[in-house]
Amino acid sequence: MPKPHGGRLIDRVLSGERRERALEESKELQKIVISSELVRDIENIAYGVFSSLEGFLGQEDYLSVLGNKRLANDLPWTIPILLDVSRREATGMSVGDDVALVTEDDRPVAVMHIEEKYGFDKMELAQQVFGTTDVGHPGVAKAFNMKDLLLGGKIDLINELEDAFYKYRLKPIETRILFREKGWRTIVGFQTRNVPHLGHEYVQKTALTFVDGVFINPVIGRKKRGDFKDEIILETYDALINHYYLKDNAVLAVLETEMRYAGPYEAIFHAIVRKNFGCTHFIVGRDHAGVGKYYKPYAAQEIFDEFPDLGINPLFFTAFFYCKKCGGVENERTCPHGEAHRINFSGTEIREMFLRGEKPPQQLMRPEVAEIVLKWKDPFVD
Amino acid sequence: MSGNEFASVRIPKSLLEKIKKKILNTSFSSASEYVTYLLEKELSGTEDKEVFSKEDEEKVKERLRRLGYL
Repeated sequence: MPKPHGGRLIDRVLSGERRERALEESKELQKIVISSELVRDIENIAYGVFSSLEGFLGQEDYLSVLGNKRLANDLPWTIPILLDVSRREATGMSVGDDVALVTEDDRPVAVMHIEEKYGFDKMELAQQVFGTTDVGHPGVAKAFNMKDLLLGGKIDLINELEDAFYKYRLKPIETRILFREKGWRTIVGFQTRNVPHLGHEYVQKTALTFVDGVFINPVIGRKKRGDFKDEIILETYDALINHYYLKDNAVLAVLETEMRYAGPYEAIFHAIVRKNFGCTHFIVGRDHAGVGKYYKPYAAQEIFDEFPDLGINPLFFTAFFYCKKCGGVENERTCPHGEAHRINFSGTEIREMFLRGEKPPQQLMRPEVAEIVLKWKDPFVD
Repeated sequence: MSGNEFASVRIPKSLLEKIKKKILNTSFSSASEYVTYLLEKELSGTEDKEVFSKEDEEKVKERLRRLGYL
């Protein structure tokens, strides 16, 4: 099993007396109200999902991530994890202070030790992370809406907030013990934000012929309009695993963080996170974490050449389709037949079928999966 | 290290430059010697082993059982 990114699993969770004391002290601290997405990222830092990060990026790391796609210590890192505050919020906050990070309904989540307070260029952030400053890109739009200052510093988690997905939430220490208990030495991580079609299943099962287990790890959290709702993704994967997988070879658990749609840079970030969960391999398909036409179809695969020291092995897959003549799932390298014989796994077309209340054909999607989606009145994010 | 055979590995140039700076005025005569020293230290005996306390491990297994993962 690979070591976590940076060599050790970060643990910034307070417990026992230290937690009680921090909870009490947090009542006296200046507060920063944080979004539900930031709550999840704080938990991800605290439980080591984002190892080697111990908090929000300081300026040196931030600039290094933008410019070099590495932390200042040269460790690969491509998506800046940031805490933005307004100038008004930052008034009275100084380096060396502790602040309480609280939810919108005033529940304390963590204490942050402010090590830096700095300004940043939103255009530069957008260009370096998303490769564009077009506000039509959801990540860019979010970057432009950030507040004006960033706070850098370590965090200590004092409260983990339960949610509807709690039973699917595994921490890296848990997945590592789970994989070991299952006797898996090689584990492939699969990132998804979709209900599974046969192309997904084919990719996972192809990988499974070479490794001991597959870790199916859907991203749960803020997504763009038109993406499948989180509950449906989980319900459909449960059905798929129950009907079509060997239970000893597949684990389903969620990664609670927002999609950034940063394409190639998010692919590297996704790989690092799965390494922290204990994966030895990571599947990267066509247009991984992409949106619209902002990235070349295989940019998210090509970028891995720049990170030979990542510590997890990418498995690259091309696009698949169902070939009526071959009678199975094929790709450009395996099928000699033309376009006329093919049914493409187009997310847009599958979505349109569901919007019309139609069940996608069995060549595209397992009936057990399709029936779950059709049961929902509105299966898509508004 | 005499008697050993050698092989090449690729590291980012930026990292190599940092290593060269780091070993200036030390007893390491080359970046290779320093990297070999670090890797031998890193890999000695602990490869692939996770260290969790017994108590933590039991708690984790209990949760995994409760959730149906084990």
